[in-house]
Amino acid sequence: MPQMNNVQADWPLYEVFVRGKRGLNHVHVGSLHAADDRMALTHARDLYTRRNEGVSIWVVRSSEITASTPDEKDPFFAPSGDKVYRHPTFYDIPADVPHI
Amino acid sequence: MTTAAAEPAAPPDPLQQHFDDTIARDHRVEPRDWMPEGYRRTLVRQIAQHAHSEIIGMQPEGDWITRAPSLRRKAILFAKVQDEAGHGLYLYSAAETLGADRADLTRRLIEGRQKYSSIFNYPADTFADVGVIGWFVDGAAICNQVPLCRSSYGPYARAMVRVCKEESFHQRQGYELLLTMMRGTEGQRAMVQNAVDRWWWPSLMMFGPPDGDSPNSAQSTAWKIKRHSNDELRQRFVDMTVPQAERLGVTLPDPELRWNEERGSHDFGTPDWTELQRVISGDGPRNAERVSRRRAAHEEGTWVREAAAAHAAKQAERREEAATSRSVACPR
Repeated sequence: MPQMNNVQADWPLYEVFVRGKRGLNHVHVGSLHAADDRMALTHARDLYTRRNEGVSIWVVRSSEITASTPDEKDPFFAPSGDKVYRHPTFYDIPADVPHI
Repeated sequence: MTTAAAEPAAPPDPLQQHFDDTIARDHRVEPRDWMPEGYRRTLVRQIAQHAHSEIIGMQPEGDWITRAPSLRRKAILFAKVQDEAGHGLYLYSAAETLGADRADLTRRLIEGRQKYSSIFNYPADTFADVGVIGWFVDGAAICNQVPLCRSSYGPYARAMVRVCKEESFHQRQGYELLLTMMRGTEGQRAMVQNAVDRWWWPSLMMFGPPDGDSPNSAQSTAWKIKRHSNDELRQRFVDMTVPQAERLGVTLPDPELRWNEERGSHDFGTPDWTELQRVISGDGPRNAERVSRRRAAHEEGTWVREAAAAHAAKQAERREEAATSRSVACPR
């Protein structure tokens, strides 16, 4: 007999990602609670795609996501801030050079 | 050393400064950003109330699903009420990004510790009420919610974008229902007018107390959670609705309602604010029924939630056992 007493009645939180149509990336649309992965998918379909908003859904437990802080001032993103030479506009090309 | 007044002011808290700059530049605040405790508290309260309103809002119209006059109307009403559930869930999801706990929010609703829109404490007496709710209540909700699509808190604003897209169907199905009834019998036209008479003033109250009487508005406006004042939105709703009423052929029950050329807007009477206070504080026609029904649905669903959780736990246990026995069978 499995131990039932400590079964959590509050279902865990899942984050939902939807591919709007073929050719697009999955985009985060929100979250929902579900008892397991399968239920999370069907709930996501009912909640986030009632009007053909998606052709594919990903769900993942919120607790499984590792995130940076979204703040743009985060020093985490500093390494990309000072590398202007990664952008095409950094390079001066004479105006008479075609196709570049 | 000179006088105390000459001492430099304390340097601004960099976190607070960064938050203020984000608001000033009209950028969005996102869940893991630092934010003042008051901002978080205000948002949780507002979003939770908004979510509860959607969930309780399923009840007045939900009663008519089994009594809809045709399969077409039944299917439409089903879809609409399902949307209200969806809107509630988008909003609970946004509240959870602020650290609110879903089970706790539900508890607060069914224990009467958190409020929902006063409008849902009125009864839907006839099928014409379904139409008028779509036209007035969802119309007023659109006036309120469209500016919230630019609210400073990202997840709330994004939830509002989804809600507004769907709300337009709600308003149009209501108006179309009323147009159909107005083309019907004398009795049906009277039913529409009766529903209009009962819902007009409570709908105007949906925008909240008058500006001078709305203590939290100034701070919410400064934080750009709120973009327009209660009275501005109420005016917008009146101006939007008057020509629709004319086209429909009903009379809005306000003798003071008239076009003001100078203002380019309609003048209108004053809602009964004591009634609003009474309904908000729990003494409306259906308050007790709405909350007790929500409570019953929650409590009667307990075994389902527990069974699903137990099933999920058992499945996870089996998968683990299977994985263990595989790794024993073929050691690497």
